[in-house]
Amino acid sequence: MGETLGLLAFGDKGWGDEILAGLGVTISLFLATLPFGIFFGFLIALAKRSNNRLARLVANAYTTIFRGLPELLTLFIIFYGGQMLLQQLADLLFDGVYVELNAFVAGIIALAFVFSAYASETFMSAFNGIPDGQAEAARSLGLGRVQTLRLVIFPQLVRLALPGLANLSLILQKDTSLVSIIALPDLIRNTRIAVGVTKEPLFFFSVACMIYIALAVITSYFIGVIDRWSSRGQAGRS
Amino acid sequence: MDFDLLIKYGPKLLSGLLVTLQLVSTSIVLGAIISLPIALMRLSKNRIINGIAYSYVYFFRGSPLLAQLFLIYYGAGQMRPLLQDMGIWWMFREAYYCAIFVFTLNTAAYQAEILRGSIQSVDKGQWEAAQTMGMKYWPTFFKIIMPQALISSLRPYGNEIILMIKGSAIASVVTIFDLMGETKLAFSRTFDFQVFLWAAVLYLVMVETLRITWEKMERRLTRHLRQVSDQ
Repeated sequence: MGETLGLLAFGDKGWGDEILAGLGVTISLFLATLPFGIFFGFLIALAKRSNNRLARLVANAYTTIFRGLPELLTLFIIFYGGQMLLQQLADLLFDGVYVELNAFVAGIIALAFVFSAYASETFMSAFNGIPDGQAEAARSLGLGRVQTLRLVIFPQLVRLALPGLANLSLILQKDTSLVSIIALPDLIRNTRIAVGVTKEPLFFFSVACMIYIALAVITSYFIGVIDRWSSRGQAGRS
Repeated sequence: MDFDLLIKYGPKLLSGLLVTLQLVSTSIVLGAIISLPIALMRLSKNRIINGIAYSYVYFFRGSPLLAQLFLIYYGAGQMRPLLQDMGIWWMFREAYYCAIFVFTLNTAAYQAEILRGSIQSVDKGQWEAAQTMGMKYWPTFFKIIMPQALISSLRPYGNEIILMIKGSAIASVVTIFDLMGETKLAFSRTFDFQVFLWAAVLYLVMVETLRITWEKMERRLTRHLRQVSDQ
């Protein structure tokens, strides 16, 4: 047992530092994707509520596509498709330049597409959970459209959308593991390398699973903090 | 549109689609069977039994499916002597069975939570009424509670199947030629980006067909619950 645990040591002998570096990539990917995903999810929800038919159509198609495709396929489409698009663009502008789409960026884009498609639905049901009277009351108080959205609707929206977004962010955290397939050295990728050398798959993949679970516990804790903050104006219901 | 590509790789993609459907349907059905005892354990008042089921569910829902697949697929080789002694090595030797094994355990965890939630959502009065009429615990559970629980869990079950269809794409990482696997193979031979788009269409057709039929089924099965004014 002590010998196996020694595999997690830092430095040349153990794999602790490699796994920790992979964890760093996993966490940064998660944290980098989250704001984009939430922001675009919100925009798409606004598009779905707009009076413009085209905007609604595009937003609904977007949701159907990115909720229906496997995350792995979305990742491949962005990674290889983006690569080709970039290359064509480079060929057009310069001669004989070879460009490469960064796997980390491709990961952010693909994961943000998926996250925002789901998040837009969460925002939609949050919008629906706010009675029309709120906007009407704001208007009769003389607030403009933007002010109404910012001061009256948005704070309530955050509270209502939070449980859904929390769930989605836990899913996102697990989905980051897919980038290991496009050779990004995340937690899973580095674990696989460690397994390749040490031939200890049971130990290392168990450790990886446990790290993900620990991440989920930590994220849930922060979600709880935000939840209490966002519902601080609510009367106690318990 | 490139028809040569379609003629050459179309049938391969379709055979991959079939493998995906097999993988998903087998895992969903086996997972459903396993999920019942887990859900019952989760409902148990015994803290140890509840704790075991809770850990199981937390493990499979808290870590990525990909990590679970690697754990079993590569880990099985390490446990080969033990598995051979138990006479189940033939199963873990094949990537396909490994994937079914992992997908089944994973979906069982999710399905158990769906089942538990819907069993708990059935009104307590239903238990009490059955008891008053002299029904024993298990007949009450299977004849009164479960049918109502299953109806309220239809929607989450549909979502779980869709998630499984999408999630099954990672089987391609362990050499299985499901739709995703065939797509990757075709792409590596042709470097034609179109194969990804064809695969995307096939996945969307699968998911949307399921979603629409499921919605119709749900409407039909819950028609007695709707108020007259809703119709």
